Amino acid sequence: MYSGASNFVTATDTAFVVIIGISVIFLVGITAIMLWFIYRYSKKRNPVATQIHGSNTLEVVWTIIPTILVLVMFFYGWAGYSPMRNAPKDAMKIRATARMWSWMFEYENGIKTDTLYVPLDKAVALDLISVDVIHSLYIPAFRVKEDMVPGKTNKMWFIAQKEGKYELFCTEYCGLSHSYMFTEVKVLPQKEFDAWYARMSDTTLQAEAAKTPGVKGKQLVQMNGCIACHSVDGSKLIGPSFKGIYGQTHSVITNDKEREVVVDDEYIKRAIYEPNDDVVKGYTKGMMISYKEQLSEAEIAEIIEYLKTLK
Amino acid sequence: MAEHTETKYLPNYLEYQGKHKGLLGWLTTTDHKRIGLLYFYSMMTFFLAGVVMGLLMKFELISPGEQIMGAQTYNGLFTLHGLTMIFLFVIPGVAAVYGNFFLPILIGAKDVSFPRLNLMSWYLYILGAIVVLSSQFMGDGPPDTGWTFYAPYSLKTQTNVVAAVTGAFILGFSSILTGLNFVVTMHRLRAPGMGWLRMPLFAWSLYGTGWIQLLATPIVGITFLMVIAERLLGIGFFDPAIGGDPILYQHLFWIYSHPAVYIMILPAMGAITEIIPTFARKTIFGYTAIVISSMAIAFVGYFVWGHHMFTSGMSSTSRWVFSLLTFLVAIPSAIKVFNWTATLYKGSINIQPPFLWAISFIFVFMIGGFSGLVLGSLATDIHTHDTAFVVAHFHYIVFGGTGFAFFGALHYWFPKMFARVYNTKVANIGLLIFFIGFNMLYFPMFYLGLIGMPRRYYDYLPMFHNANILSTVGSWILAIGLIIIIVNLFRARKATGKIVDDPWDGKTLEWTTSSPPIVENFEEIPVVDHGPYEY
Repeated sequence: MYSGASNFVTATDTAFVVIIGISVIFLVGITAIMLWFIYRYSKKRNPVATQIHGSNTLEVVWTIIPTILVLVMFFYGWAGYSPMRNAPKDAMKIRATARMWSWMFEYENGIKTDTLYVPLDKAVALDLISVDVIHSLYIPAFRVKEDMVPGKTNKMWFIAQKEGKYELFCTEYCGLSHSYMFTEVKVLPQKEFDAWYARMSDTTLQAEAAKTPGVKGKQLVQMNGCIACHSVDGSKLIGPSFKGIYGQTHSVITNDKEREVVVDDEYIKRAIYEPNDDVVKGYTKGMMISYKEQLSEAEIAEIIEYLKTLK
Repeated sequence: MAEHTETKYLPNYLEYQGKHKGLLGWLTTTDHKRIGLLYFYSMMTFFLAGVVMGLLMKFELISPGEQIMGAQTYNGLFTLHGLTMIFLFVIPGVAAVYGNFFLPILIGAKDVSFPRLNLMSWYLYILGAIVVLSSQFMGDGPPDTGWTFYAPYSLKTQTNVVAAVTGAFILGFSSILTGLNFVVTMHRLRAPGMGWLRMPLFAWSLYGTGWIQLLATPIVGITFLMVIAERLLGIGFFDPAIGGDPILYQHLFWIYSHPAVYIMILPAMGAITEIIPTFARKTIFGYTAIVISSMAIAFVGYFVWGHHMFTSGMSSTSRWVFSLLTFLVAIPSAIKVFNWTATLYKGSINIQPPFLWAISFIFVFMIGGFSGLVLGSLATDIHTHDTAFVVAHFHYIVFGGTGFAFFGALHYWFPKMFARVYNTKVANIGLLIFFIGFNMLYFPMFYLGLIGMPRRYYDYLPMFHNANILSTVGSWILAIGLIIIIVNLFRARKATGKIVDDPWDGKTLEWTTSSPPIVENFEEIPVVDHGPYEY
């Protein structure tokens, strides 16, 4: 309550207090009156009932009072919500992309991460994109949530007001690993954020790092959410583990027939572009969508370099 | 009655032998009371199956990580739990069982207007149920979409969505035809002297419900056909990849499925409105206000569906308009609660199990209603939308509301339906345990939602653990209460005379006929010259 983690917390929590407060007063009041009547007018204490057919005055009173109260509640709800729809023009833009079952955040300088980094006390506006089914981006501490609907771009904005790490969940059911589709929001002071931002966008630094085989591929695998379903430590998730996969022989199901394939460059490319053509035995068909739009052949080559390092 | 020797013996509906005997006699019956029981037994079967699924889900959630099932099984289970409870239990619910059994008796009629159509509605219900359940065993595995079948996930998943949707489509017809039958019955078959404003309030609630069933159900029917067409033919209504709009699906789905909540709750409120005056020994407070509020709920209920979509990316204008309308639909429900409470004032209250069920209903229904205000308000809905808070809210309304009313009505009308007497002390103990379990199961979910736990979650972070333990233990207590209640009713002893004919000194017409009621209900059609609750 009233943590002040974002600029929307105070107004939203006030709406909670108003609505729940009025509700509790009525719940306790009506329950107490009901119990008192049951006690006072039990058959034993009141053997003969008095017949009362109603009272127009009371009906009017208990129509008007709740009407006023719900209008008050409506007002607080609307007042807390209304600013959520109007992002300031100078807000920092981040493109949030959801897919089954991972997140990707893309900044104005083109860098991509799977954790949402935002600067403290600065307005951040998110474009919400989904590439497959409906997801919903929810940061409980910030009191913000908006669906990510394929085919359209929804919007969200906020100002993070407290440094720290916060949970970010998917709240629209999106299939098998819906409950594992979460990440973190990291709120950094402007200076630290700027340093992180510069480090990430420093091309010479990145190019230096990319010389080591597999580093670029590792980034691609993280950013595109591959490791939500493919472990790197040998454990079985939704898809086969990446550990030691390069060069292995797998039994796959092609057109309902089983056959053996060697996991080589050609097979990996096909598995990324047409993932449902040859499904590894023991895994479910239809779990993965094609990444033709997301990954170029050069990027796949980098990923293959990375897979080779996972022994 | 003393005149037994003068009148010829009239068989009651349980012993009557028509053209067919035994089981075949039941399966070909057009007697509204037998059809009511056909619904009762089939719905109880589905309800108990749904309870078992709920218990398994709660057990899985007792701790983070996998307990007894994998994620795919869990996702299939919550889908099946929702389909079973919504389409096979609460939508037909109080109306199909007690509406069928008691509506004609309450208005002094021999049967509904279309008895054969009534039997056909039950067959459609069973057929729909079989098709829905066949989705579990045929095709590429149990559907994993949730009962809402949101596009485009429902179009992309490889599981057997078509069978489940087809079953729900068929069930819609059962609902439409029952609604039609009841509306026509009330227009055409009221006993002489029973003007509209002398109808018992349970009948009035069925009248409002009937119109919703008639007007809203076709919309979900066509929506489900569009899903089937899209899955089989790739037409592109809802999938943006081929030019469709997923938000359109949500509009169409909720244009039915929000009024459907009133299909579930209106007859429940009606049943409670019968119980309270009987045990307060007092006429209902504000008869006309309750009639108007029932009709207002049925009417305004059509215009609030958008509150299921506050985070979907709908326009800002439609968000606040739907929020405002949602708050307005709360008012008639509040009026009902005030009138029920006022009915107790200066009554002479006979505290019996049906009455305690009614009071428990009012309490849990209030919690359901108040939590609905949190979800109707924009800022607070943004935070709680699609979290455990919503799950708690609608279980308080649908299980706490409709479920409590269903069992309250069962304890109220049990002697009339079966001519048996149950042990009231055991019934009260069962209710107490059930009530404690219910609140322990669902109340922690409000807290979980407020701290941010999303719904439809197979696994969760450790921060959500404690409240989940409480909730799971609550589910066990609820189950114990339910077992006591059901066993007690099974053990009810046979009886005759006043103890079953009119055990509670009721004033409505069902208490003027014998128990079990004779075929065609009355020896002579009654003539009504006063309101329904004249003490």
